[in-house]
Amino acid sequence: MQRRVTFDNRLLPYLLLAPQVAVTLVFFIWPAAQAIWQSVHLQDAFGIRSEFVWFENFTHVLSDPNYLDTLKVTVVFSVAVTVLAMGVALLLAVLADSKIKGARAYKTLLIWPYALAPAVAAVLWMFIFNPDIGSFGRALRALGYDWDYRLNGGQALAMVIMAASWKQVSYNFIFFLAGLQAIPRSVMEAASIDGAGPVRRFLTITFPLLSPTTFFLLVVDMVYAFFETFGTIHALTQGGPGKATETLIFRVYQDGVVNNDLGGSSAQSVILMVIVIALTAVQFRFVERKVHYA
Amino acid sequence: MKTTRLIDLVPHIILIAGVLIFAYPIYVTLIGSTWDSGTIGRGGLPLWPGGQGMANYAQAWAGEAGDRAMYTPVRTMMLNSLVMALSIALGKIAISILSAYAVAFFRFPLRMAFFWLIFITLMLPVEVRIIPTYKVVADLGLINSYAGLAIPLIASATATLLFRQFFLTIPDELLEAAKIDGAGPVRFFIDVVLPLSRTNIAALFVILFIYGWNQYLWPLLVTSSGDMETIVTGITKMIGTGESANDWHIIMATTVLAMLPPVAVVVFMQRWFVKGLVDSEK
Repeated sequence: MQRRVTFDNRLLPYLLLAPQVAVTLVFFIWPAAQAIWQSVHLQDAFGIRSEFVWFENFTHVLSDPNYLDTLKVTVVFSVAVTVLAMGVALLLAVLADSKIKGARAYKTLLIWPYALAPAVAAVLWMFIFNPDIGSFGRALRALGYDWDYRLNGGQALAMVIMAASWKQVSYNFIFFLAGLQAIPRSVMEAASIDGAGPVRRFLTITFPLLSPTTFFLLVVDMVYAFFETFGTIHALTQGGPGKATETLIFRVYQDGVVNNDLGGSSAQSVILMVIVIALTAVQFRFVERKVHYA
Repeated sequence: MKTTRLIDLVPHIILIAGVLIFAYPIYVTLIGSTWDSGTIGRGGLPLWPGGQGMANYAQAWAGEAGDRAMYTPVRTMMLNSLVMALSIALGKIAISILSAYAVAFFRFPLRMAFFWLIFITLMLPVEVRIIPTYKVVADLGLINSYAGLAIPLIASATATLLFRQFFLTIPDELLEAAKIDGAGPVRFFIDVVLPLSRTNIAALFVILFIYGWNQYLWPLLVTSSGDMETIVTGITKMIGTGESANDWHIIMATTVLAMLPPVAVVVFMQRWFVKGLVDSEK
C-alpha cells in the first residue's frame, strides 16, 4: 500500500527511520539472533569456548521430564486463564450491553482493573488469600479446610490462575462490549418479533456475530497467559511449591538468570519464539478475515 | 408482575457481584494501609479504616525503616516508575510516528524491507529474548540506568502500524495543496500531520503509559541497586516470602500508591483509553 502523492527526498526518510531501526536492530534483532546462535552451541563453564552442537540443547530440553511437566503446567494454566477470563467477561459484557439502568456506571467500575500490573493483582490476591493474614485464607482454614497455597501445589496453581484471570477480565470485557455494540439492533429486534427468547437470541445471533472478537481475544489471552503472567507467578509463588506453578516463561528466567544455563535457556527462548510466531500468524490470518467481512 | 421484576433484578445482581469481586481486594488493601502491622499480621483486619493511615503513608513515602526492615522510599520508586513509564510512552510515540511518516509519505529504496523489519518486532516480546537483551544492555553499560530501563522497550510495531494506518487516510489533496504552497516534508509534518494525529497520540499515550508503568520482568533484571527500583518490582521485594511477620502496613500503603497513577489515567482518560485499546489492536 502506498499513497499516490509523496514527497521526494533522498535522505530524509532514512533519517526518520533511523531511531526506530537502530533500537530494533540493537535490542530486538541482535539479541534474538544471539538466542538462536546460543541455542545451537554449548559453552564451557567459563564462557570462553563454545562448540556447535546442532540440536543437542533442544533434544536435551525437550527430553527433560521437568520441562515436559512445565509444559503441562503452562497448558493447564493458559487454558484455564483464557476460559475463565473470557467466560466471565462475556457474561458481564452481555449484561452491561442490555438496556439496563446504570450501564455506564457498571462499565466504568468494570474496566479499571486493566490498569493494574499482573504483579500488583497477585499482591492484592495474596492480601486476601494468604493463610495467615488474608480474610478468605483464614476463613478457609477456620472451616477446617487445609488451605496453604505456599505448601500445596494444586492450591498454588488455582491461586495464580484466579489472580491472572481476575486481571484479564476487564480487557476482554472492553472488547466484548465493543463487539456487542457493533451488532445491529434491527437483527435482534427481528428475532424477538419472531419469538426468539433471550437465550436463543444469544446462541443463534449474538454469539456467532461475536466470533471474530472471541477468536481475537482467544489469541491475546493465550499470549497474556504465556508471557505477561510472569509477574503474577513471580510475586505469588515463585514457581513453587516445587515446580507446581512454573510456566515456560518462568523457567526461561529461572534457568537463564538464576541457574545461568545459557544454552538451555536460549533453546527454550527459541521454542517460545516459535510459539509467539505461530500465535501471531494465526492472529493475522484472522485480521485478514475481518477485513474481508467489513 | 412480581416474578418479572425479580428476573429483571438478576442482571443487576450479577453485575454488582462482578463489580464487588474487582473492588473488594482494593478495599481490603486501602483499609489495611490505615492499620498497624500487628493488626494485619494477626489476620484480624477489620472492615473499617484505622487511624494509622497518615503515619503509614508518610513512613512508606519517606522510606523510614519499618519494624523489621529498611525499604527504598516510595518517592524514589514512584519517580523511577514515572520516568520509565513516560520515557517508554513518549519514546515509543516519537520514534513510531517518525518512522510511520517515512513509510507512508515517501517513496524510497528498501521501504518495504524497513517496514517488515519493524513489523517483526511484534513477534519478539522482551520475555523471549531476556538473557541476550540483558547482555547487550550490560555491554553498553546501561544496567541501573533510566536508559537501560526504557530504551530496549521503546521499539513498537503496533504504534508504527497504527500511525501508518492513520496516515494512509490523510487525503492526497491535502498533500498536493501543501506542496503547491511550497511546504516541504518537515513543514507538512509539523503543521498538518501532528495536529491531525492529536487524538491518536493521546489514545496511544494512555495505553503505553500503563504498559510502561506495569513493566515487571525487565526492571527486575536491569536494576539491582535500591535507588533504581521501580515500584511494581519494589512491592514484591518488600513481601519476600510472604511470612506473617512483615511490615504489612507499609506494603499495603505502597501497593495503593503503586496503583494510583495507572488507575487514575484509565478513569480520567476513559474515552481515549478505550479508543486507544481498540484501535491499537486492529
